[in-house]
Amino acid sequence: MMLLKEILSKYPQDPEYLIEILLDYQTSKKTHYISAEDVSRISQHLDIPESQICSVISFYTLLSMEPKGRYVVQICHDVPCFVNDAANIYEVLVELLGISEGETTPDNLFTLEITECLGCCNESPAMRVNNQVYTNLTPAKVEKIISDLRGEVK
Amino acid sequence: MIQEKIVSKRFGKVNPLSIDSYIKYDGYKGLEKAVSNHPTQVIDEIEKSRIRGRGGAGFPAHIKARALANASGPKFIVCNGDEGEPGNFKDRMLMENDPHAIVEGMVIMAYATGAKKGYVYIRGEYQNAIKIMKATIQAAEEKGFLGENILNKGFDFKLEVRSGAGSYVVGEEFSMIESIEGKPGRSRVKPPFPTDKGIHDRPTLINNVETFVNFPYIVLVGGEEFAKVGTASSTGTKLISLSGNVKNKGLYEVPFGTSIRDVIFQLGKGVRNNKPIKMVQLGGASGPIIPEYMLDMSIDFDRFENFDSKTGTGAIIVIDDRYDIFDVLLINMKFFVHQSCGKCAPCREGHIQIVNLLNKFKTHRATEKDLMSLENLAKVIQQTSLCGLGQTSMTSIISSLRYFRDDYFAKVRY
Amino acid sequence: MVNLKINNIDVQVEENTTILEAARRNHIDIPTLCNYPDLSIKSECRVCVVEIDGQKKLPTSCSTIVREGMVVNTNSPKVLNARKTIIELILANHDANCTACPKNLNCELQALANKLGIDKNRFPTVLEVQPVDDHNPVLVRNINRCIKCGRCIDMCKNVQSMGVLDVMGRSKDSKITPAYGKYLSDEFCTYCGQCSSVCPVGAIIEKDDTDRVWEALNNPSLHVIVQVAPAVRVSLGEEVGMAPGSIVTEKVVAALKYLGFDAVFDTDFTADLTIIEEGNELIERVTNGGTLPMMTSCCPGWINFAEQKYPEILDHISTCKSPQQMFGALAKSYYAEKMNIKPEDLFVVSIMPCTAKKYEAQRKEMRIDNINPDVDVVLTTRELGKMIRQMGINFEDIQEIPFDKPFGITTGAAAIFGATGGVMEAALRTVYEVVNKEELQDINFTQVRGTDGIKEAEVVLGGQKVKVAVAHTLANAKILCEQVKAGTSPYTFIEIMTCPGGCIGGGGQPYGTTNAVREKRIEATYNVDEDMPIRKSHENPDIIALYDEYLLKPLGKKSHHLLHTHYSSRNK
Repeated sequence: MMLLKEILSKYPQDPEYLIEILLDYQTSKKTHYISAEDVSRISQHLDIPESQICSVISFYTLLSMEPKGRYVVQICHDVPCFVNDAANIYEVLVELLGISEGETTPDNLFTLEITECLGCCNESPAMRVNNQVYTNLTPAKVEKIISDLRGEVK
Repeated sequence: MIQEKIVSKRFGKVNPLSIDSYIKYDGYKGLEKAVSNHPTQVIDEIEKSRIRGRGGAGFPAHIKARALANASGPKFIVCNGDEGEPGNFKDRMLMENDPHAIVEGMVIMAYATGAKKGYVYIRGEYQNAIKIMKATIQAAEEKGFLGENILNKGFDFKLEVRSGAGSYVVGEEFSMIESIEGKPGRSRVKPPFPTDKGIHDRPTLINNVETFVNFPYIVLVGGEEFAKVGTASSTGTKLISLSGNVKNKGLYEVPFGTSIRDVIFQLGKGVRNNKPIKMVQLGGASGPIIPEYMLDMSIDFDRFENFDSKTGTGAIIVIDDRYDIFDVLLINMKFFVHQSCGKCAPCREGHIQIVNLLNKFKTHRATEKDLMSLENLAKVIQQTSLCGLGQTSMTSIISSLRYFRDDYFAKVRY
Repeated sequence: MVNLKINNIDVQVEENTTILEAARRNHIDIPTLCNYPDLSIKSECRVCVVEIDGQKKLPTSCSTIVREGMVVNTNSPKVLNARKTIIELILANHDANCTACPKNLNCELQALANKLGIDKNRFPTVLEVQPVDDHNPVLVRNINRCIKCGRCIDMCKNVQSMGVLDVMGRSKDSKITPAYGKYLSDEFCTYCGQCSSVCPVGAIIEKDDTDRVWEALNNPSLHVIVQVAPAVRVSLGEEVGMAPGSIVTEKVVAALKYLGFDAVFDTDFTADLTIIEEGNELIERVTNGGTLPMMTSCCPGWINFAEQKYPEILDHISTCKSPQQMFGALAKSYYAEKMNIKPEDLFVVSIMPCTAKKYEAQRKEMRIDNINPDVDVVLTTRELGKMIRQMGINFEDIQEIPFDKPFGITTGAAAIFGATGGVMEAALRTVYEVVNKEELQDINFTQVRGTDGIKEAEVVLGGQKVKVAVAHTLANAKILCEQVKAGTSPYTFIEIMTCPGGCIGGGGQPYGTTNAVREKRIEATYNVDEDMPIRKSHENPDIIALYDEYLLKPLGKKSHHLLHTHYSSRNK
């Protein structure tokens, strides 16, 4: 995890870079979120109100003010995936992870989310785990992905 | 051969991470030719090509370009790579497979308009494309195709990648401008248009990825030659993102004028398990839903204009008869409930009521009055919303009320 | 000029006029909701849509500029249906329990629904009820009533440079709240109340303290007195339907007597006192090399702002309490002694144009016995309006009564405290004559009058030219504070008022305060000054008597105890 200070020093001290800074910093954190303390420091650095930063974070779905699991699993539910069995894949994930949409496993390993189109409709159904996209999903494939991720941590 | 490859011609033939590989394959030849002419000549060629924007609305590209060229002072060029419309993947494929063509198209436009700064705005979900575009910009800078004194012609152009952070509406021009300024993607009042007042209130030109990729080719072959492909109102080729229940989902490039049926059956090889087609959604969530009997319609901006939507993105989503129209409509409308920025009242408050009404149909609780309410509300959202999102989100509802009206009546309780 | 047709009427307007302005200038009414004079055009509610020939969409008239030959219809069936539908949509996500709302019959949404003939809603409610923020002494935020018009954000962020409020989330879940969805608090809100003055509905409103006042008035063991701020006498009339700028000074006194107050006093008296103390403080700072520029201290929103955002410059702020608090302190000491009333049996109410005064009255520093507040309850102009209406007083025709003694005589200098630049002008009238020991040729310092954001003037004091400045709104205050902080301020004395136009544009003033209304109130303020027999604070015989009898001398021991205060940083 990089320090916020290091991330801030990578960008011009200009509010234009707020979203870049937030994404960069959040990606560097295992908990995938921006804390109130972070907001306050970024607010001072860029000289913009904290409310404006909260407004930005709460507007964009890839930004969060709540901690998330180490792996954020996002399954697509739009029409091209829906007509290719995405609803069933979601059920498989619910069963595998023991959580439903918007929840995080008690071990803080997985957060399950429904995402908008991932632009992989040619290989639907698709999901994203952190920055990695998985396509042509089947129940068996999903099971393997999740168990591999669990293995990675051990 | 129904495909004709112009913008996707280098797919699989060049290594996207190698600028040398691109150069070997006619890379930056369009730019070299462009800078040997006067900037206005570049726009003249674009005008002759009659190319229309590939982002969906199909606005003539030369008008925006000329407006930017005529503006004085600092100005910006933006490549819209925020491909959020469900069912589309063409821009991702372009960014991942032929990224230098995008940069080349942008530099040509910079030369033609005098812009010194540009942005490639890519949705945050496209991490791979973001990485590739960043590397591409760096490579182009190193070779002197970007940066200062490009090709020793004394013009400068800097390019920056901006990542989206999860918002569909940012694909709309003013929302994108707000996002580039580091703010929530809530649109602004139009006019003034971006080419008058865009990023930091300076003139800004926004084009879709696919539009930019066409520019080097237009400059190379000339506008008239380009316009020989396609139809009178829609010149050139179109990338088609074909998805849904077809056998061969994928990206195809066809001349304008090709019929939707040919794309589905010749390129997509028809529906899986040979099931009948119940409906086809064009363009994405903001596009119309049409029945099987309309598939002979050709891919053409003028035809699409009848739907008042961004049909022109080139997405074709095929849905077989296992699915109910209300399943599809509800997914579309929940999408808009989630994606509305919340700024204007009809869009913010309207979509949730549309979902309520559709749920009544889905569960057989609807009355004839609900049908009237749905029709009325859909029109009000379309007519009064501030930005393109609310102005086009009702297309699937309005088209379904026209082409699948019986499905509605079948759910009405008398 | 541009020629167009609106509702079949030929209309000629200047270029760059919006359709809305063009229509209104020609007496064609187009309803609006998010639109507010002097704030930015938001075009968010979409209520003011019109039909233009040749366009499928219905553009908003507030944002669309007229074009030659345009044919506009503001009332076509399509337009009326769209407007009605939009208002119904908004109402379906609004706590529309109107009789349980303080804005009942004063609500722009309610009025619009009525105007459009909405007597039922085709859409079911989708309101998700959320907790009300009433955790501070000043403002109550009820987001269940918020219609997300964005006026408060514009006010707070752009006019006041605070940015306390912003839109959180998006779509149907979007809501206007402080950062992290927190409650308003004195850590980051100045309580200026400008948000509440522009809110079209009842989503942000001052905390209603009228019940506490009724209770005190009905308590026979209490001696209940009230003070009236300078800006109230030029605005209260609007609460009962009088024209903006009506001067109602002695009607206010009469109404307050009718309500049952034992004595009615004028805050103008302690405004004069402020000038004596503050003027002497300035002279002392200038002669003894004290911290300069000195900044005024009568505006509580500004004090909150300085303590939150500019703790480095607190030494620059005059240690004088505000006129409200000087009155409170004198009431619970001098007045109580004189009347032989125990301070705990004395209940002091203020009528203020201001919401931040409610907070000021509760500050720990504002208790001369260190326990009980010197001012017990602060009511805004609007709250007094409510009490007057509750009692069915015929305000316009009420028999006028002068203010009570012993604080009976006041001056024109005090009267102008209500307008931006007024404190500065009042101070200069006194400081000039005290320092230069000569009479002013012209006591009207017109350079510091008017509604420019920052005004400057030069005065010769003791043979030296000094520069002074006046700022109103916190965005303008910020500019001057940055200079002071950087040590580059060219001024000797600075007046700062939080609200646009000064107190006459305060956050507690009658609804519908626009720049046009502010101008009227300012004009009335200077008329009050002109009509006063005495126009300089140091010539007020009651002030001179108060020093002789009780305070002894400006900046003296008694003054220090009763009339001065200190500030502390609230920077996190």
